[in-house]
Amino acid sequence: MRKMILFLIALASSLPVYAHKPSDSYLSLKIHGPELQGQWEIALRDLDYAIGIDGNGDGDITWGELRARENAISAYALARLRISSDGALCAKTMDEQMVDTHSDGAYNVIKFTVNCASVPRMLTLGYSLFSDIDPQHRGLLRLDDGVKTRSAIFSPERANQEFTFEPAGVFEQFCDYLRAGIWHIWTGYDHILFLIALLLPSVLQRNRDGWQGVNEVRVPVIDTLKIVTAFTLAHSITLSLAVLDVVRPPSRFVESVIAASIIIATLNNIYPVFNRRRWLIAFAFGLMHGFGFALVLIELGLTPGLLALSLAAFNVGVETGQIAIVCVFLPLALLARQTWLYQRLVMTAGSWLIITVAGAWLVQRAFNLQLVPG
Amino acid sequence: MGLDHASWRVFVLGGLLIGLSVPLIASAVPYTPADDAVILERLPLKPTDRFAAELRSLRRALMQDPNNLALARKLAQSYIKQARLDSDPRYLGYAQAALAPWWEQSQPPAEVRVLRAIVLQANHQFMSALADLDAVLRYEPTHAQALLTRASIQQARGEYDAARKNCAALVRSTSQLIGVTCLAAVASLNGEAQRSYALMQRVIQQSPDMSPDMRQWIESLLADAAARLGDAATANRHYQLALAAAPADSYLLASYADFLLDQGRAADVVELLRERTRADPLFLRLAIAEQMLNLPEATDHAASLDSRFEASRLRGDVTHRREEARFALFLRNDASRALRLAEENWAVQREPADARILLEAALAANAPRRAQPLLKWLVNARMEDVYLTKIAGHIEAFSP
Repeated sequence: MRKMILFLIALASSLPVYAHKPSDSYLSLKIHGPELQGQWEIALRDLDYAIGIDGNGDGDITWGELRARENAISAYALARLRISSDGALCAKTMDEQMVDTHSDGAYNVIKFTVNCASVPRMLTLGYSLFSDIDPQHRGLLRLDDGVKTRSAIFSPERANQEFTFEPAGVFEQFCDYLRAGIWHIWTGYDHILFLIALLLPSVLQRNRDGWQGVNEVRVPVIDTLKIVTAFTLAHSITLSLAVLDVVRPPSRFVESVIAASIIIATLNNIYPVFNRRRWLIAFAFGLMHGFGFALVLIELGLTPGLLALSLAAFNVGVETGQIAIVCVFLPLALLARQTWLYQRLVMTAGSWLIITVAGAWLVQRAFNLQLVPG
Repeated sequence: MGLDHASWRVFVLGGLLIGLSVPLIASAVPYTPADDAVILERLPLKPTDRFAAELRSLRRALMQDPNNLALARKLAQSYIKQARLDSDPRYLGYAQAALAPWWEQSQPPAEVRVLRAIVLQANHQFMSALADLDAVLRYEPTHAQALLTRASIQQARGEYDAARKNCAALVRSTSQLIGVTCLAAVASLNGEAQRSYALMQRVIQQSPDMSPDMRQWIESLLADAAARLGDAATANRHYQLALAAAPADSYLLASYADFLLDQGRAADVVELLRERTRADPLFLRLAIAEQMLNLPEATDHAASLDSRFEASRLRGDVTHRREEARFALFLRNDASRALRLAEENWAVQREPADARILLEAALAANAPRRAQPLLKWLVNARMEDVYLTKIAGHIEAFSP
């Protein structure tokens, strides 16, 4: 009885002073397609209470002690967070462990990656961290789908919550794929180099003394149009075939042939064979470049049901990027076509330079080495 | 290469903004400590602490036998005690976890029900807490713990008649000492401050061998009564006796700090609370004292409080409204926000401190009309408090 009374008094005037911060964790998830980037901040105090991290038991938690428990902590925490995308459970892998300071003390930061089978249209989160040892613990979520950020609070009463995402509008998706197409041709130097190599002789003609500038403008413009059209036609065919899964040659083969195509196109500038029939090269190798574009598009992920749309948008993007390059190249070439600089330096030294770069690409792609970026 | 005047201004302003925001951003960015020896956190209870060891062995025993009611009760009680001592709500969660097998039951054993009520009232779930206590007292009308807890909830909600009935039942049931003190505490707020002071004074003189906890409780009630009656010297003496009787909990420290602030003894508050920055109510009083003294720490501490209130808002927690209202009024000069918070708080709990912040905020916000319901309530309750009377006077003078 005596003990009971003591307890009683301790509570006598025990109203509202529990204004210390209760236990919270901060979870943020960022959706990038079927992959999510996660960051989870959990108070060291809570982790110590749950699984013990004060290795030497002196009441101080050091970075060394925390690091020693890194695997145990991430295993414990990640097992208490279930993420499913459209009903299928996603896999989580821990990337990195760090530390952060909040107003009430130090937090362990777990950075992790979540891999789902599909781009989530409905994400289901099951949160059970500390629900067995501190039911008043809360998980504060920030979920960022790239368009907007939403927040939610997890508690034992609300341990499972669903988030649905409006599929992006058709127009937005079209723009996304269009942008990807433009971006790919501008950052994929191999396609630019191939095109440039083919277009270089358009403003010139070959005679006994070597390259001479063409007098009228009509001839180079028609030549350019033929090459660009042939290239476009060819890569559109194979891009569609690959995306529709009719033919998909292995990527290493495709990449190597693309590098070889640049060499062949450039060699033709030094030892001309095809002359005004260079559109044949453009068509033949354009087929292989199309498979190259397909690799990118397949990696981007295609929206089921919007296959034709994404294919068309990506292709239009590639054409747009290509036309922009031609629009910059052709006027400059026309201006410089009568100069020694263009006829000798660019056509010879420039060609050898392109061959060297493309040769390096060929070697590294064919043999899987890393010599030069590209 | 000359920038015109306007461009310079934009440039300098932009630079300043970026410079100012860096520390704010930096504090929220994860980092990797440079050295294994860096101490990241100090645990509130050292593992070598006797009480911590006791908790640990109880917890381990309960893990082996989670349905052992006696063990679960004992552990939950220890955690609740620790929660109060440290003003740390994590221990309330641990107490709830210890009671997990019974927590969701609609009719758990009486002992569990009382403990559940204590945890619920700490989270300001007063109605659920009262429902549990009522249920226990229906079967066992003399359950001392249930009576006292119900009385303290009712007292904090300003339901003095109901509280008095529980205290009277307590006198008849177990401990006369506790029952009488309970009655005196209620009466002290309910128009009998002088008489209840005298009564408690007599109780303490007649029981020289009472427990330290009991002595601390009565001394702090005496101190509070004396302060409200305007006798600072007497209040100070009782505070000293209360602090000396047993290790001080956060409740007593907060009340003493408020008394010191009213006496203009901000430096003593800084001295008293310098090491107590973990508990928000104490940290708040420390920051207010630092501001009164124009100490450089005040700015940092206020910013830190800001982020703590922000964190509890994120969580959807509303139990800090009284403290947050004080923060808004005294550290942020935001009278209208303070008034809104104080009004929301007053709807839930009605201690003298709750009345005081509402009156202060109404006065600062030039909104005397919004203090009228409270002023009427104070008259009805016959509450005696020199500070409340003073502020009420200012408000009356203000009103048309």
